[in-house]
This record gives sequence, C-alpha cells and structure tokens, in this order.
Amino acid sequence: MNNPNAWFQFALFVGLLLLLTKPLGLYLVQVLDARGKTWLDPVVRPFERLTYRLCGVDSAQEQGWIGYTLAMLVFSLVSLLFTYFILRYQDHLPLNPQNLAGLTPHLAFNTAVSFTTNTNWQSYGGESTMSYFSQMVALTIHNFMSAATGIAIAAALVRGIARQTAQTIGNFWVDLVRITYYLLAPICVVFALFLVSQGVIQNFKPSTVAKTYEPYTIPVAKTDDKGQPVFAADGKTPVMVDQSVDTQTIPQGPVASQIAIKMLGTNGGGYFNANAAHPFENPTPLSNFLQMLSIFAIPSALTWYLGRTVKNQRHGWAVWGAMAAMFVVGVLVCWKAEASGNPIHQHLGLAAADGNMEGKEVRFGIFNSALFATITTDASCGAVNAMHDSFTPLGGLVPLFNIQTGEVIFGGVGAGLYGMLIFVVLAVFIAGLMVGRTPEYLGKKIEAYDVKLVMLVLMVLSLTILGFTAWASISDWGVAGLNNAGPHGFSEILYAFSSAVGNNGSAFGGLTANPANGDPHWDTTLAVAMLIGRFLMIVPILALAGNLAGKKLVPASAGTFQTEGLTFVVLLVGTVVLVGALTFLPALAVGPVVEHYLMHAGSLF
Amino acid sequence: MSAKSISLFDREIMLTATADAFKKLNPRLQLKNPVMLVTLVGAILTFQQLFTAKEPFGYVLQVALWLLFTVIFANFAEAVAEGRGKAQARALRASRKQLVAQRRRRDGSLEAIDATQLAKGDVVFVKAGDLIPGDGEVIEGAASVDESAITGESAPVIREAGGDRSAVTGGTAVLSDTLVIRITANPGEGFLDHMISLVEGATRQKTPNEIALTILLSALTFIFVLVIIALKPFGTYSGVAFSITTLIALLVCLIPTTIGGLLSAIGIAGMDRLLQRNVLATSGRAVEAAGDIDVLLLDKTGTITLGNRQASEFVPAPGIAPSRLADAAQLASLADETPEGRSIVVLAKEKFNLRGRDVSTPPPHTFVPFTAQTRMSGIDFAAVGDQPARSIRKGAAANVRAWVESQGGVFPSEVAAAVENISRQGGTPLVVAEGRDTLGVIFLKDVVKGGIKERFAQLRAMGIRTVMITGDNPLTAAAIAAEAGVDDFLAQATPEMKLARIRAEQAAGHLVAMTGDGTNDAPALAQADVGVAMNTGTQAAKEAGNMVDLDSNPTKLLEIVEIGKQLLITRGALTTFSIANDVAKYFAIIPAMLVGVFPAIAPLNVMHLASPLSAILSAVIFNALIIIALIPLALRGVAYRPIGAAAMLRRNLFIYGFGGIVIPFVGIKLIDVLINALHLV
Repeated sequence: MNNPNAWFQFALFVGLLLLLTKPLGLYLVQVLDARGKTWLDPVVRPFERLTYRLCGVDSAQEQGWIGYTLAMLVFSLVSLLFTYFILRYQDHLPLNPQNLAGLTPHLAFNTAVSFTTNTNWQSYGGESTMSYFSQMVALTIHNFMSAATGIAIAAALVRGIARQTAQTIGNFWVDLVRITYYLLAPICVVFALFLVSQGVIQNFKPSTVAKTYEPYTIPVAKTDDKGQPVFAADGKTPVMVDQSVDTQTIPQGPVASQIAIKMLGTNGGGYFNANAAHPFENPTPLSNFLQMLSIFAIPSALTWYLGRTVKNQRHGWAVWGAMAAMFVVGVLVCWKAEASGNPIHQHLGLAAADGNMEGKEVRFGIFNSALFATITTDASCGAVNAMHDSFTPLGGLVPLFNIQTGEVIFGGVGAGLYGMLIFVVLAVFIAGLMVGRTPEYLGKKIEAYDVKLVMLVLMVLSLTILGFTAWASISDWGVAGLNNAGPHGFSEILYAFSSAVGNNGSAFGGLTANPANGDPHWDTTLAVAMLIGRFLMIVPILALAGNLAGKKLVPASAGTFQTEGLTFVVLLVGTVVLVGALTFLPALAVGPVVEHYLMHAGSLF
Repeated sequence: MSAKSISLFDREIMLTATADAFKKLNPRLQLKNPVMLVTLVGAILTFQQLFTAKEPFGYVLQVALWLLFTVIFANFAEAVAEGRGKAQARALRASRKQLVAQRRRRDGSLEAIDATQLAKGDVVFVKAGDLIPGDGEVIEGAASVDESAITGESAPVIREAGGDRSAVTGGTAVLSDTLVIRITANPGEGFLDHMISLVEGATRQKTPNEIALTILLSALTFIFVLVIIALKPFGTYSGVAFSITTLIALLVCLIPTTIGGLLSAIGIAGMDRLLQRNVLATSGRAVEAAGDIDVLLLDKTGTITLGNRQASEFVPAPGIAPSRLADAAQLASLADETPEGRSIVVLAKEKFNLRGRDVSTPPPHTFVPFTAQTRMSGIDFAAVGDQPARSIRKGAAANVRAWVESQGGVFPSEVAAAVENISRQGGTPLVVAEGRDTLGVIFLKDVVKGGIKERFAQLRAMGIRTVMITGDNPLTAAAIAAEAGVDDFLAQATPEMKLARIRAEQAAGHLVAMTGDGTNDAPALAQADVGVAMNTGTQAAKEAGNMVDLDSNPTKLLEIVEIGKQLLITRGALTTFSIANDVAKYFAIIPAMLVGVFPAIAPLNVMHLASPLSAILSAVIFNALIIIALIPLALRGVAYRPIGAAAMLRRNLFIYGFGGIVIPFVGIKLIDVLINALHLV
C-alpha cells in the first residue's frame, strides 16, 4: 500500500465525487420535479410532451402510493416479457451476424429478470450468446428503464418524507420519462462518445478473425472419425494431442453505447464476458477512472437531492458522510488484503511483488482492482475489472459484505438511497428513544406501521439470501455449479445469492450458473432471488413513502433527534454494519473467515 | 399516602415476585412476548437434548437451566415492577376498606350499606367524622375535608356543591358539616382501581411505542431464528455437525432477550414513578405522550407566580380623594375571599385606617360575585331614604371601562395610563368605579416563584416551549412572562381561548400538556395530549384529563414530562444495549462452534475462552444474568438530564451503544474464568 500514486488516485476519486455531488444534485432536483426547469428544456421538452400524449399520461396528475406501485409493477412485468421473448427468438430477429441461437427458457428468464431488476447477473457470456439486437434493444433498454425506476422510487420515498398530510408521492410515468430524457440519455451520449475516444468500440461488424502474431499449441482430447473421444488402453484416460492455434476470434459490436449506461445506471452487465476487464470495454486508466466515478455519480447526488427536498442539507451530507466513511474503510481493507497477497504463493516464491495479482488485469493492478471491486459492490453495479473469485479471502469478503449490508454505500441509482433510508429509519427508531421522545425522522413520527415495513424489508432480504444459500449448499445442483471446494466454494454460493438478492450482478466467477447439462436450478433460483430482492423491497418502501407522506410534521426543537452531524453518522454506520454483521456473520464465518485462517495455515481451495 | 419510598429491594416484594416469576412461565402469558416465548421453547428443546445429545450431560443440563432462568429472570423483572406498583396501590386502597355508606333511598330515608356495593348514581349522606365512601360529586352542602390519606397534605380543604370544588375522593374524611354526594364511579372503576389494575398488568395495554418496539424485536427474533436454521446446512456443507444445544444457545444469545425481558417492567415502572409523585395516570399511553410534550400550557397563578397577589398601592383618578378610592375598593372587596380581595381590605385599613365594616347593617346591599364573563365583582347598595343607590365595581380595566361608559361615564385617560403603567411593571391593575365615576386603580403585585426561570430555561434546552395562561391583560401578562422567562403567553384567557390555543398548537404538530381544575377546563383537558386534572377539581375535569394530580400542584407538570422522557430513554437505552451485546456473543460462540473442525481459526477466539463448551455456557449465563443486573436500571429509569437532544444522544449512545459492545466481552470472560475455576464443564 506504499504506492503514492494509488493514494493520489484514491484522494482524487473521493474529491471529484464530493465536487460532483452538489451540481448534479441541483440538476436532479429539477429533473425530479414535474415542473422543474433544466437547460435541456428547449430540446427535450417537446419530446417529453409528445411521449405523454402518445402514452396518454396526464403529467399534472400525481399518484398515491398504490397507484405508483401498480404502475411500476405493470411496467416492469411488460418490459420483462418483452425482453424474454426477444431473447428466446433472437435467431429470427435482425442484427445477428454471428447467427447465435435463441436462448433456452430458463436462461432467457434469468436474463430478462436480471436486467429488469437492475441486477445484470449474467449467466451467459455476452459475445457468445447475445445478438447485437438483443444487446441493444432487449438489454440496453432495461439498463435505462431499471435505472430510471430505481431513481423514481428513491424520489417517491424522499417526497413521502418531505411532504405532510399528503395523499400522493408523484407520478411514476412522469418520473420515468423525465429521468430517462433529462438525466440518463444526455449524460450517456456524452459519456459514450468519451469512451469511444478512449478506444471502446461501437460498430455492427461481425466478429473479426485475426491471425495471431505468435501461434501456440494447446493439448486437446483426441477424437475418432465419429467425434467420440479416444481413450488409452485403460479405457479411462483420454488420449491428448497437441493442436496449434494461430487464429483468434475478436468480437465486435455496439459496445460504447451500452457501457455508458451500464456504469451510470449501476447496471453492470458487460457487453463481453470479461466485463470491464476487457480492453474493448475499458481500455485506459482514464476510462477506468471515469467508469468508477460514473457508478457513484448519481447515488452521491441523490443524497444532495434528499437534503434539498427535506430542507435539511446537513442531513443529506450526513447520509453522504456515512456512505463515504464505509466506502473508504471498505477500499482500505480490500486493498490491504490484496496488497498483502497470498502467503502460500509468497512462501513458494511465486507471488507478484505487489500482492495478489491472480485474476487481475496488469493494466489496473492491485489498487484499481480493489477500488473497482469495492465501488461496484458498494453500489449495486456489478461490473468488474478483476475476478472477485480470485481475491484473497478477506479481499473477497469486502465485496460480499458490501452487498449483504444492502448496497447502501452510495448504492445502486436510487436503490442505494432508499436502502439507506431504511437503515436511517431503523437507526432513528432504535436510538431516537434515547433523547426522551418517541422516535421521529425529520419531523415524522416513526410508528408501528413504519417499523413493520422496514423490518419486512430486512426479513425478506435475509430470508432469501440465507434460505437459498442453505438450500444450494446441501443440494447436488448447488454444489455441482462450484469451481472450488471447501469454504471458498461456500463463498461462491453465498456470493451468488447475495448478489442476486442485492441486485448487484457481480459473481465469484468460479460459479457456473448455466451448466452445459441444462440444469435449470441455478438460473431459476437466482431469478427468483432477484425478483424478491427487487420487488419485495420496493413495494414496502413505496408503502412507507405513502404512509410518511400522510403524516403530520412535528416542528423541530432543541429536543428533536438530530439527523445530522457526526453523532448521527456514527449511529447510521453502526446500524448498517451491526444489522449486516449480525445477520450474516455466521455465514461469513463459515466462508471467507475460515478460508482466511486456513490460508494462513497452509490450505488453499 | 405513606408508601412513597419503597426500597428497590423490599423483602416482601422480592419474595412475592420470586413466586410470580415461576407462575408467569405459563405459555399463554409468554405468548404476549415473542422474544421470551422463543427462549422458553429453546429451553424446552434443550431439556429434550439431555437424552439424545452427544455433549456431556452436565453441560446440556446447565445450558437448559440457564435458558429457563433467562425466562424466569425476565418474569421476575416484571413481577418486581408490578409488586412495587401494587404495594403503593395497596396503601391507597387500604384507606377505603370496610366503609359504611349512608345511601339515600328514593323516599329520602337513609340506609346503611357496605361501601363496596355503591353504584354510579347512588346518593349518599356523609357527616362530620365520616369517611367518604366513594369517588363522587357534592350535590348539597359544603364541608371541610381531610384529604391527607390521598394527598399527604394535612390542611383540610373545602368541598362544596357547585363550582370547581365539588369533587370528593373515596377514603377521605369529612371534618365538619355534612355533604350529600352523588357517587360517580361503580365499585372497582374509580381512579384508584384503574391505576391499580394498570400497574398489576392484567389490563395493561401496550402503548403505541411499545407495540412498535415489540414488532422490531419480534422481527429481529425472526431473522435470528433464520440465521440459526440456515447455519445447520452451512455446517453440513462445511463438514461441521452443529449440535442442537449449541444452536439454541447461540439463538437465545442473539435474540434481544435483555430488552425483551425488561420491556414491560420499564413500562410499569414508569407508571409507578408517577404514582410515587402522587399522580394517577389513566393509561400508559399518557405517560408515553408526556415524553413527547413540546408545549406546556401553564396557569400563571400557582404555577408561575405565588397564588396570592398583594394589593400594594391605590392610584386615584384625577380629582378623586385617595381615601374615597380606598373606601370603595374596600367595600367592593369585603365579600371577596380571595387572597387578593383580602389584601385590598388590609391595604385600605393600613393606609387610610379604614376598618372592615359590618355590611350586614342597612342600607341593604347585594354582593356581585366575580365571573369569568363579566370579569368584575363588587357590591350594590339599594337606595334608602336620602341615600341614593350605589353601585361599586372593581375588575379588569376593559370591563370596568365598558361598565362605566355604558352608564354614560367617562374613563379618564390618566386612569388608562396608570393601568398601562402598572401592567408594564408586571402588576395587575384593578380599576374601581362607582356608577359613572371611575375612582382609580388598585396595584396588585404578582410574585413570581423563586427558581421558576431556571426551570423554564431547562425546559427550553429540552425543546419544550412554555405558554403562560392568564386572565391578566396583555401588558401585565407580558411583564410577568418576561420576569418568569416563559416563551409565550395567552392573556385575558377564557376557557374557549385555551381550547383554541391547544387546537392551534396541535395543528402545527405540537403535543400539548396542560393542567386544569374547573369544569370549564374540561374541554381543553380532553383536547390536550396530556391533561392533568387537579384532585381538588371537579369530577368533569378529572374525567376529561388523562392524569390526576393528588397533590393538586400545577408545577407537577414539569415532573410528569420528565418521567415520560425517562421512560422512553430507558426503553431506547436498553434496546441499544441489547442489540450491541450481540457482537461479543458472536465472538464467544462462533469460534467455539468451528474450532473443532477448523483448528486454524483459534485466533478468532479473541477473549481466550478456555474451551468451546465453557465459551458457549459463559455467553448463555451472561445473557441471563444481564437481565437481573439491569432490573434496578429498568425500575429506576436511566438518569435524565436536561441537556438537549444532541448532547443526550451522544451521551447515551456512548454509554449504552459503545458500552453495550464492550461490557459483554468483559462479562463473558469473567464468567468463563469462574466456570473453569469451579470445573462446571
């Protein structure tokens, strides 16, 4: 960790994030207000109006929480089916130069759910599975819409907190349209152009077949005329023959346009299987830096939006501070673990000088891999520029724990804020009593119904993660997907379901969720986990928004619980870490913690 | 009431509570408390393990017993809190035993019946020397009553039909005269009975915040049950066979048993602390609301100022002899038995040597009593012979002015100036007039209670605004408000204005507390979030409010708010402590569970507990004993300091949050050392 350049980049990252928060927050305030004014109005406003007219949306009509929820659910269901059918029948659709086949039902279901829920878990390899049409239409559309939905729900919750004795929390359709038209699309156009300037590709060409500069040989199993493997005399050992490789298939496609929204919308679904580790997706240190920054940009700005909307900017900054504190600690732990490397490799003299380089791009090195891994799991992004599976046990524990705390450290666009507000309400309820008043959050009394909704979210999330992990860990189908044995294999299962429920989408890559034998268990359980993690969280949150909106506001006084300042930051961090730790500590103990001690005792998995 | 200071460890209460703790193991009672129900089920399952577990018999037995003790300790905490409340209630109840009531039959004759048979609406006759048989309202007569049995105040009080002093409480003694009383409560429905049943827990309803907290605790329990159930397959995957005993031990350690076990004790103790201060609350909800109060409506007289204002000066109108003013003032005050009225008579005597005259001699006259509407009192002399009829009034400037002008008189500007001048000095101006002539002004001085200003400053630091309610004119009110340091005042207040003010404050989101005694206070008392009726007040007032102060001391409102806050702080502190405790318990139990199969994780045993079995047992024992250790805190309440919310949160978060993380590390280690010294495992 004695790398001044890395420290400088870290400081630069946090500094730029801080600088970006207010201006982007100010812009969000206008975007998330149906009557807001932005400098894009002259260009975008006509399209906005036209959209409302075509869809029959009355933009002046706000919805109550039930109306808002129904609109969101219907929209999600329709768009899920839309994607499902495109993926199933992509072989009959245009822009498929590689003639890729339609997806199996469970893979199409898993993928459609994955993109609808902003998870972008990928049971497939992009370049070998998806046509350009599927990538651009079926998937990218969700990158925009699921991100916009997340931001809309956060805005609805913030409105619920800010309003008093109100019946409505906004109009879902208006939020969706305005967020897409004024926020996501314009930024993505600029960002995609920037990415192209860095070398990210954008074309419709079929894959390029290239002669390799230096041919090499690999051992492959010998086959007879009928294509059956040939065995040695014992009838078991396959006979291997050398095969010379002198060509390489280089995939092409409309990458830049998808990568911009993949990062900005905290989607994370890579165009290529290697995700942001692929040079066509993430070619330069600058593109890497800005991709990381774009993950946190909107979530960070939303804290400012929160402060402005509830008329307590210091509260917005306190939430930001709690997030930033957990982020910095996460990066430092992960970086430290990776920089310390693997003692067994070191003992054997095989280790890279600067730490654990297994599964990392030499272009990015230890620090930028640890930073990216922390950011992508703090947020519900899930893009990766290094293989989390190959991290040291403690280095891998950080992303896992980040996801399990609910991805509230900046978090997914919108999802991070509304997830964090769940913890804020919880913290206020538990500790708020200690000032001698029944708990209140920004003037709203937190009562039995609110606690019920908050605890419902927490119960559903832990039930889903722990339940599926327990099932998979003792099932043949579960263990069959693993790439490693022992505690590391357990971490792969735990990570997969945490990632699915948390709508993150990254994986301990050793896991094979879409096995060649067509076993649908992993795809299906993960899809169900993603649906639960998204919608059983959103619905109670919208109910909370509706309930808070209807409450009276208690005026603040010296006796009011203060949701700002250092004490509150400490309390909030404590609540997030304690609730996360208390629920998942036993699972983490059986996984990465045991693995860490075993590694130091000389065992690898 | 004598049983005010019961020791925290009263022997008799302890004995009863111990027996009750076992009786409360009844699963039907445990159903009310999901956290303790899970613990009880866990204990039973562990006893079952005695016959099947591979672990040493002694270890499983000890775990099972300590789990059972965890439930019993929680029951004990509740029983002690109830016992203390009951002991206090018993002292009150003793006063009304074996009373005989003289009930009036429909034909007017009397019959002697047992007081416990009195029903609402019965009319009883009480004479000097009798005890009043039940709560009721005087409908005929006036008498002095000794209420020391209830209030501890030995000076007798006047109870009379009509007006604001008509309510009587069962068990108090009539010292003089006779009263006819209409009973207003059925047997077992009086305030006292209500209070007793509240502390006994039988009819105790959970307060809104308690319900919300129970939901939180139940949900946490659900999550931990999940965690433990999932741990079994996790172990199977890892090749570790977790024993049922160990899993149950971990479960009970993780679920919030500390707050779960003490929650109802905290609530009962809050009511009990009110009772110790002679305040009866009709519901736990009212106590909780008291903590939330952020506006106090305080009657000026008796709360902010000493009850009696003293006449200190006569300011005559131009052209009026001072002696004429003093004479008229004295005449108008002869029938005025208030301290102010008496002080006017005395001042006239001292300054002008005017003796109090016997006004029963002719000319015939009638006294005009003060009413809230006319806001004047005085005397009328009928015309006799050459003496013309005289009509003297004293009262608030505006009303006297209207009275004078209605008769065609003028109200001199000098008098108006004097009124304003007196008001500005915080005095009360009483204008005296006779017919069309305005005679002058009496300067009544108001004396603000010592220390009240500091008290209000403390309230302000807690975020509580004080509003002074007074019948004075705005100028007087402003001067006294400034002197006493209240935040706001309501001058020339009528009961309607009071009610309107409460509604306005509530509409702005505030929670309002007030005290009152008169029947006309009843609507405001009912509207207020915390309405404290004075015990001397009318029955209507007592029924409208949700608390009754037996001492009839309006300053008590401040203590009631503090008790409410203390209750909430205690609840929050122990919840935080209980959840924070889990960290250490994990560090004790998780390594112990895994070290058998993965010896490499020994460094995770940061407390260096001697063996896996002793580690788990220590955590279970700590978990049980901490309930006992915290009973005194739950009953006394967390110390409350008026230091403002931010400072209070910092302080309590440090003590109960940070302390909650650290203390169990120390406690579990100590118990582990002890267990191994005694070779218990």
